[in-house]
Formats: sequence, structure tokens, C-alpha cells
Amino acid sequence: MPKTFAQDSVGLVSPQTLHFDQPLELASGRCLDSYDLVIETYGQLNSDASNAVLICHALSGHHHAAGYHSEDDRKPGWWDAYIGPGKPIDTNRFFVVSLNNLGGCHGSTGPVSINPATGKPWGKDFPKLRVRDWVNSQARLADRLGIEQWAAVIGGSLGGMQAMRWALEYPNRLRHCVVIASAMKLTAQNIAFNETARQAICADPDFRDGDYLAAEAYPKDGLSIARMIGHITYLSDDGMGQKFGRDIRSGSFERGTDEPVEFQIESYLRYQGSAFSGSFDANTYILMTKALDYFDLAREYDNDPVKAFSGAQCKFLVVSFTTDWRFAPERSREIVEALIGADKAVSYAEVESEYGHDAFLIPIDRYYQLFTQYMNGVSADL
Amino acid sequence: MTQAPVQNSLMATELRTDLDIIQAWIKPDSRVLDLGCGDGSLLQNLRDNKQVNGYGLEIDPQQITTCIGKGLNVIDQNLDQGLHNFGDHSFDSVVMTQALQTMHAPDQVLLEMLRVGKECIVTFPNFGHWKARWHLVVNGRMPVSDLLPYQWYDTPNIHFCTFKDFEYLCRELDIHIIRRQVVAETPVGRLLKDVRPNLFGDTAIYHLRKRA
Repeated sequence: MPKTFAQDSVGLVSPQTLHFDQPLELASGRCLDSYDLVIETYGQLNSDASNAVLICHALSGHHHAAGYHSEDDRKPGWWDAYIGPGKPIDTNRFFVVSLNNLGGCHGSTGPVSINPATGKPWGKDFPKLRVRDWVNSQARLADRLGIEQWAAVIGGSLGGMQAMRWALEYPNRLRHCVVIASAMKLTAQNIAFNETARQAICADPDFRDGDYLAAEAYPKDGLSIARMIGHITYLSDDGMGQKFGRDIRSGSFERGTDEPVEFQIESYLRYQGSAFSGSFDANTYILMTKALDYFDLAREYDNDPVKAFSGAQCKFLVVSFTTDWRFAPERSREIVEALIGADKAVSYAEVESEYGHDAFLIPIDRYYQLFTQYMNGVSADL
Repeated sequence: MTQAPVQNSLMATELRTDLDIIQAWIKPDSRVLDLGCGDGSLLQNLRDNKQVNGYGLEIDPQQITTCIGKGLNVIDQNLDQGLHNFGDHSFDSVVMTQALQTMHAPDQVLLEMLRVGKECIVTFPNFGHWKARWHLVVNGRMPVSDLLPYQWYDTPNIHFCTFKDFEYLCRELDIHIIRRQVVAETPVGRLLKDVRPNLFGDTAIYHLRKRA
């Protein structure tokens, strides 16, 4: 008997691959002559193509944002809590487009794809990408789908950076920009975490200077440690304390026993690292973290964020979470101040949460309500 | 005591609320910052009737969500932490309705409002109202009324003043009172508020500017 999905789920979904032949000039000066983008869509595009919403994914995200690929899937897409019939990004009203960005490892052209020039995987030779390259490729995707203007471009973290870049690069092609747990540029501490993660990958003997695919090796341990480092920074001290405390998974501190003790948090982190490294590409991880590090919204605007946003035409919603120290509320407030300075329409909410940076993925009542209210306004503008 | 140039048009103001009066004082197409904007009623009216480009600051999560639902610009910000993130004279008007008495440092808030705004409008309940005086003098208890419905221990209103107190502070801070309007809730109060505003006025609305 076929499994039934929840009423507010988009249910079974399947990705599709779109091929692009028009060369894409990259910020690095290099060029991708052709490329594939893997996407999923939920809901129906209306007759005047005005109800389309673009979802931009974060560091480890991909096209599978909502629903299930099979009836046996244990988990739905990564943002299923917020995308579906009756949810904030309501698929009864919006045509939702989610893609795997270029350089990714879930089907879109990236380091694991075959380089047509050599017939071998790109590996470390895949061009370095900037956020603007993703935005440009997403604009090509919009063209392909017949979407002249997005009702909203929405993203959390690195996805929020893409949404902001959209507002600057294609001001007439979006009406709303939703920026969640993001920043106009990373802090030194944030870059430091990314570099430590990258070094963990590079130090793995199986990394082979990035040529592991050719050597049929894989730096699984290095990527695991990179993910563990990242994961710590996505949680809050309090949240981690409440979830794991000093709980012991095995062993004992009893006198007279020499049994090694394993804390729950150790086991949890190792599991997260291992699960991630089994399904992610190390070169993609390096590429994505570099794009994060390089992003600086106002760099080309004399480092003046007000000047940067002055050309934007859309309305903005900015959301941050109290215990997020990787993309702290202060970073979001900087975005808001620049937008007010540039006389742009903006609302800002700082949501109480114990979940750290990961909060943007998690159902939180206040976040859910305000997101719903904002998206109601987006659909009223259709 | 400097007397404010009070605008006494009894007939015209009889049926107006403080929000109506504020709206009348704000110029069309101007840039307005509403401190403690609540459910956004004022901003909504200003947007719909005067094409005002307004932003509201609020800390109550429910109110923020309500404002977002109305399509208003609302910023989650605690006023007690100041307005340091706003530039000098970056708004035409800065408005604060019925919240000055809840601030930790009302004098600093006033100065901040006049730094950020070219003008500001504040409203607050009159602690010199005869009912408040009656409560204290006759009953020996801190006043509790419809306008001030809290007990002394749970009230958010921590810095009460009378109209006279406020005008004294304005003089101290070199603030020019452009105009003042007094609102009274009852018909009798409306008759008497212009004779003895500090005794019969429930709420005052002040339009202020920093002296050059």
C-alpha cells in the first residue's frame, strides 16, 4: 500500500537536470562552456509567471529542499519545515524553485563532474566560484523557466548572501529578498573556522593535493573532521549542553575501572562527520567555504553597504537567532542598518532560540509565524 | 516656567485621538521613525494617508509579527539600548507614543530622538492629572486608573512626570516646544483641560525641536 505523506508535505518529488550551453563567464576570469543544474520545483507556476520563489542553499545544501524522493525516505528535504502546502513558503500559492549550485556535489556541474576538455573529473581544477557566479547561473535558470521576476529570493546563511547579491545584481528581477542568519561578510573568526576545516581536509593523506578522484582515494577522515568543526559552530553552547550535557555513552568513571569513557557529544559529532563525509565531496567543501570567505557585499561599492544597497528595488526581511554565534544577530543588524540608510523597505526580527546557527532550519514558533506573515504579504503582491 | 505655545482649538480636537493629532503634524512623503510602534497603527495610517516612508522599532515579538503582517517596516530593537545605529538627522520625524515613561533614561532618549530626527513628537500620560493626585493624596495609594492600570510593583511605567515636569526638562535640555496638544478622555475633562491642562489633561502630545 502506498505510503501517505502529511497534508502539509509536498509529497513525492523528483529532481530534474537542466543543461546549459551558453558559456558562463566567472568572477575568476575563467569560463564554464557548458554546465548542468539539478533542480526541484514545488507548486505550479501561474499564468503570468509572477509567483516564483527561488530557494538559495547554504554551505552543505542542495536542490532537495522539500518532500521525499521515495516512500522509503526517512527524512524529507532540508527545509521541509518551511516549504509545503500551508507552510510559510506555501506551495499552494508559490512556484518554488530549489537548485544545487554550481560547484556542488549533488548533480550540478562541480568538481566530481567530468571535465569535457580532459574526459576526467574536474577535481581540484574546477574553477573557483564566487557568490555572484551562482547568482548569474540562477538568473540563467530563471530565463530557462520563463521567470522574468521572482516573487521572492530566499536564503539562509550562505543562501542569504546569494539573495542579497540578487538584489544588487538583478534589482528588477525580484520583488522580495529574505535574508536569514546571514552576513554582508564573514568575520576573521568565521574565516578562521573555515580555514581550520579546510586544513583538516588537506592534511588527510588521501586528499592527494585535491587529486584524490584520479587516485581513486577519498579524504573521508579529513572531511569528517572538517564537518565536526563546522557542526560545533552551528550549535550553541547552551543548546549543546541541554542536548548532551556530560552524558556518557559508554565506559565509567568508577574507581578501579580503566574503561575508556565516551561522551555522548563525541559519539554524536563523529556520527555527523562520518555521515556527511560519506555523501559530500571534499573539493566542493573547499570551494563552498572559499566562496563564503570571499563574499563581501560592499567591496565593489567603496566598502559602503548603504551605497551597495542603494540600487536595490525589492523589499527585505532579515531574520537572526539569539544564540547564533557563527552568523551573529549583530551581522544581521548591520544589514538592516545599511538598508534603512539606503531608504529601503525592511523588517527585522531577532528570534529567541537555543539552536545556534542551525535554528534557521528548525521549526520555531515565532520564526514560523513571522515568516508566514511576511510571505502572505509577498503573495498579496502577486 | 516657559509657557508652551499651546494650540487650543477645543471644538476641533474633541473627537480626535492622540494618533490623529500626530498624523496631522507629520508632513506627507517624509521619513518617520516610530519608537515602540506597537501594532503599527500609526505607521499604517501614515503610509496609507500621507505616503510616509516609516520604520517602527519594537521589541514585543507578537507586535513585530503583526506589523510584518501589515506590510510595515518593523525593526526588532530595544530602545533602552539607544539609537546609536541611526545617523544624525536621518529622519524627518521621530515619534514615541506613550512609552517615554517606560524608559530607563527618558532624558537621554529625548536627546537621542532629537539627534536622529529633525523634529520629534512624544506623547505620555499626565501624572499630574487630578485623579492621580486624588489617589495619592486622599487614598495614600499609588494611582491606578484606566490609563495607568498597573500596580506600583508590576508597572512598566517607571519614570512618571507631569506636563510641568516635562516642560521643565525641555528647558533644561534646550529643547524647543513647537506645539503642545492636551487630550482628555471625559467630556468634563475636555472642557477643563485647556484651563488647567496639568490637572485635567490625560495625555499630552508634544512637538519638539532642538534649539540650534
